[in-house]
Amino acid sequence: MEHIDWSLVNWSRAQFALTALYHWIFVPLTLGLSFMLAIMETIYYKTGDDKWLKIEKFWLKLFGINFAIGVATGIILEFEFGTNWSNYSWFVGDIFGAPLAIEGIMAFFMESVFIAIMFFGWNKVSKKAHLISTWLVAIGSNLSALWILVANGWMQNPIGMKFNPDTMRNEMVDFWQVLFNPVAVNKFIHTITSAYTFSALFVIAVSAWLIIKGKDKVYAKYSMLLASVFGFLAILATIITGDGSAKQVARYQPMKLAAMEGLYKGTRGAPLIAIGKPSHKKDKDFINAIGDDLAGRNQTDVEIEGLEIPYGLSILAFNDPNAFVPGIKDLVEGNPKEGIPSYKERIASGKIAIEALAAYKKAKKAGNEEEAAKKLKIMEEHFKDFGYGYFYGQDINELIPPVTITFLSFHTMVILGTWFLVFFWLVYRSIMKNNIEKKKWLLILGVLGLPFGFMAQELGWITAEAGRMPWVIQDLMPTMVAVSHIETTGVMITFALFFIVFTALLIAEIKIMTTTIKNGFSN
Amino acid sequence: MILKKIWNFYYEGFRDMSTRGKKLWLIILIKLFVMFAILKLFFFPDILKENFHTDKERIQYIEKQLIITNDKK
Repeated sequence: MEHIDWSLVNWSRAQFALTALYHWIFVPLTLGLSFMLAIMETIYYKTGDDKWLKIEKFWLKLFGINFAIGVATGIILEFEFGTNWSNYSWFVGDIFGAPLAIEGIMAFFMESVFIAIMFFGWNKVSKKAHLISTWLVAIGSNLSALWILVANGWMQNPIGMKFNPDTMRNEMVDFWQVLFNPVAVNKFIHTITSAYTFSALFVIAVSAWLIIKGKDKVYAKYSMLLASVFGFLAILATIITGDGSAKQVARYQPMKLAAMEGLYKGTRGAPLIAIGKPSHKKDKDFINAIGDDLAGRNQTDVEIEGLEIPYGLSILAFNDPNAFVPGIKDLVEGNPKEGIPSYKERIASGKIAIEALAAYKKAKKAGNEEEAAKKLKIMEEHFKDFGYGYFYGQDINELIPPVTITFLSFHTMVILGTWFLVFFWLVYRSIMKNNIEKKKWLLILGVLGLPFGFMAQELGWITAEAGRMPWVIQDLMPTMVAVSHIETTGVMITFALFFIVFTALLIAEIKIMTTTIKNGFSN
Repeated sequence: MILKKIWNFYYEGFRDMSTRGKKLWLIILIKLFVMFAILKLFFFPDILKENFHTDKERIQYIEKQLIITNDKK
């Protein structure tokens, strides 16, 4: 790997990040609002109260606008797999393809049938059939997300597969292991409940704005009441699964956890940073140990200064106040006392795996089956470090994720999540006491909840994805190997094109939505 | 006939759609056109499908990417 075009790697990454982040503007609202619509319609179905029908139809309009603008924006990510990440696409084989195919079929079926009934079927199908369709849209769109997150979970914790050196692909050996990958399961619940939280914030923001403007106050308050309960339960589940995520990250991606917490040196009884900021401190011994390259970089020389919760990180990661949490330094240099191999050792092991693969191929071509079997065994023994082999002779610093970005994204997300819990409770209490109209500060906070919610959504993804750099598939394939050898200029052009197309879509969504909101429930 | 019923359901749904609904459908169609007829066609070829005819060729190419480049060091 002597000629890595980092400009190509970084532009390809930036393009993927841009499209994923834009795609995620639309998705959470579809996931959460669909369930809220189902609940609203169920109340209408059970009570026969026309007020709820009016409420349902208003939010259905906004759901429709978001759905129409957002639909198919995720397909672009699949285009990118084939063009920008062809090595990766081949290497992952059907493990990634199968869940995406199921998702595609499911989404198409759901969108063409049940959404049509949701919008066109008001006076054409029975109340019950309409209600069932609304629930099926909610369940279907959430199941759609499941398959995407199964694929993503596999990239973070690749299990249930075996690498086939003859096809150069990973082949699925246990579908259920892939589906019930603990990372995928937790990620799915964490992601959808955070999407529900965002949707509740959206409903509260729009309702709060209408109340401030003195429009449709009764409908707005009922919407707020439902959203505050839905949002409170959702954020509670998000926090619980967030705790689960931290434990999984500690187990499967310890470097990500170290970056999330800015933990430079590992320790037993590690504290959790409650509020802090990154500062630049350099450990000369560490820099000398791994080379001068590091001195000029801005990643590993970052340490965090802030308010600490004693033992917090050890408890968060391992449920044990005295557990050892490895820091960046421990993972790079190794910590024999804690049984942590150094990156140098893992690079050597990965190099053995790659060389054994090459020797296997050579022996196979020569028809030497005995030698091939021997080399295959060696490769399989070292396969867990396969990706590290590509860092032989490279700057070891490339194995460390961007600490500042990961730390700030994670902590801002956590602070916002904690605030949402308090906020939903305040809104609920105020609605029940029937004094929300008098609390203008709460209504203003309600409107601000929308950008904050959006921020928390995107920061969650940045934490998960920036924190696992440089891996596309954890420990097996880094970005520099996954990327296709295409012209960087082409990637830059498509980056700009996407930026223009997506921004135009976003402007269209905001414009159409604002007009619809201004018309209120009565129109 | 069930097929006619389905056809009428969609036909009437689109016919009676509000101006806003029609505008949204226009956006969807423009977006799909830009995605599939422009971006996919001109900017996003499937590298392995377009450059190689058989899986054998593709495997050889990936081998070169994953092994040979590593040997060069």
